[in-house]
Amino acid sequence: MNLSVLLTAAEQGLIYSLVALGLYLSFRILNIADLTTDGSFTLGLVACTACTAAGHPYLGFAVAVAAGALAGLVTGILQTVFRVQPILAGIITMTGLISINLMVLGGKSHQTLLREETLFTKAQELLGPQGGLAAAAAAALLCGVLLVLFLGTQLGLSLRATGDNRAMVAASSINPAFTTVVGLAIANGIIALSGALLAQQQGYGDTTLGTGMVVIGLASLVIGEVVTARRGGIAGAVAAAVLGSVLYRIITAFALTSNLGASNLKLVSAVIVAAAISYPAVIAKIKWMKKRREASKHA
Amino acid sequence: MLEIQSLKKTFFPGTVNEKKALNGVSLHLAKGDFVCLIGSNGAGKSTLLNAVSGEFFADEGRVVLDGQDMTFLPDYKRARHIGRLFQDPMRGTAPHMTIEENMALAYLRASGRCSPFSRISKKDRDFFRTRLERLGLGLENRMSQPVGLLSGGQRQALTLLMATLVAPKLLLLDEHTAALDPATAEKVMELTKAIVKENEITCMMVTHNMESALHTGNRTVMMTGGSILLELQGEERANMTVDGLLALFRQKTGAALDNDRMLLA
Repeated sequence: MNLSVLLTAAEQGLIYSLVALGLYLSFRILNIADLTTDGSFTLGLVACTACTAAGHPYLGFAVAVAAGALAGLVTGILQTVFRVQPILAGIITMTGLISINLMVLGGKSHQTLLREETLFTKAQELLGPQGGLAAAAAAALLCGVLLVLFLGTQLGLSLRATGDNRAMVAASSINPAFTTVVGLAIANGIIALSGALLAQQQGYGDTTLGTGMVVIGLASLVIGEVVTARRGGIAGAVAAAVLGSVLYRIITAFALTSNLGASNLKLVSAVIVAAAISYPAVIAKIKWMKKRREASKHA
Repeated sequence: MLEIQSLKKTFFPGTVNEKKALNGVSLHLAKGDFVCLIGSNGAGKSTLLNAVSGEFFADEGRVVLDGQDMTFLPDYKRARHIGRLFQDPMRGTAPHMTIEENMALAYLRASGRCSPFSRISKKDRDFFRTRLERLGLGLENRMSQPVGLLSGGQRQALTLLMATLVAPKLLLLDEHTAALDPATAEKVMELTKAIVKENEITCMMVTHNMESALHTGNRTVMMTGGSILLELQGEERANMTVDGLLALFRQKTGAALDNDRMLLA
């Protein structure tokens, strides 16, 4: 694997790290498996593609975030006001978004952004060939820092308590339904921004790019947690999510260059995801078996 | 201060499991009253507290606190004025958040400083520290540790502090020392009495300890079958013994108290 492959993987990892950040908020902080993710990622992607194609690349980011937040809002309201089970609420929104995403691209499933100005073409113009990497890093850094700062505010604390001890939230005169909805809106806003960045970086928007995003995002999150051993509190966890996402892309890139072939990409991804998420359980099991063996030796 | 007017609640109505948990309970608390609620399991003590705190809405009757009708307010809105402790020390705090963050959550809302983006200031931190020092548990030196590392007694003491950081109009205590070891239970109870007295908080406490029910606070209320059986205060209460209370129960209901936990206490 050469350096350029590595750098491309890092750039992709930084862009996708926003998905991991969004999932950190919904999955880890709020303790909700939010399956809106695939849909909101694609929604951000197509919304930004449409705006960029119309000559508004930067407005595209704002529109993407707003659209993603709206998707999260719908899922949140389904869960809290209408008492739909969290997983089902996400699936419902995601399914509805499949049609909406096609609508946003004017009924097409693919739209090229060839010769359009984007954040990434601009960055390369200004900073040279690695401008794209710099832009992706800046986006990840900005989102990470904002997220850490937000989680220290009163609203952020309320969100964290909602996932940690719901009864305590109500006892602190905070409506847990409100914090759930706000949290899901923010999470999906960040995820949609990831899609928006990807569209501009690749120079095209495609409605299939979000497929399996929730699993990939969770894998990144878990890889980061395994590598950093969950140290460093909130800031540590946010940094771990970004690191995990970059590592995931590097692992995937490595797997692809070693004669595995592009058609096997999804299988490789699935194996990485399963391995990363089951890692803590496997380690615990191995430790237990070791302990049992030791005990029987001394018996 | 607190006006409970003929509260009724039936769980699982129309099924074989139908349970009339509250059968028209009326109770009036003056400001500063400290009521001890006793009664065997299933008498409706916790249900009454849940109805007051808004965990569920009563089928009939009204709850008025300090002139404000709370009957149709959801629990989180009532929590602005009502502090609450449960038997389970885990219920009152968020384990993965630090002591300081837990206190901030309780404080920022109750104190009415409502900007969603305000952060914990140095002044807040100093205030939390002085309050924690009063517990005498050394928690003031562990403010940035997650609450999950604390023992049950420490967590319950912290919850008590959080519930009274800004004095609530009403404090509901649901056997809040029952899950603690005797020494810790006594300590938490002493703390409760001190804080309640100091802030003149109106208080309702469920307990299975009849001895303590006669000597804590200024009123004792005994419930059975979802109704109030008897009320004691003043001289009558001061002269009452546990045996006297059991005799009174037999005389009023025509049955002996069959609950071991109450007899043992």
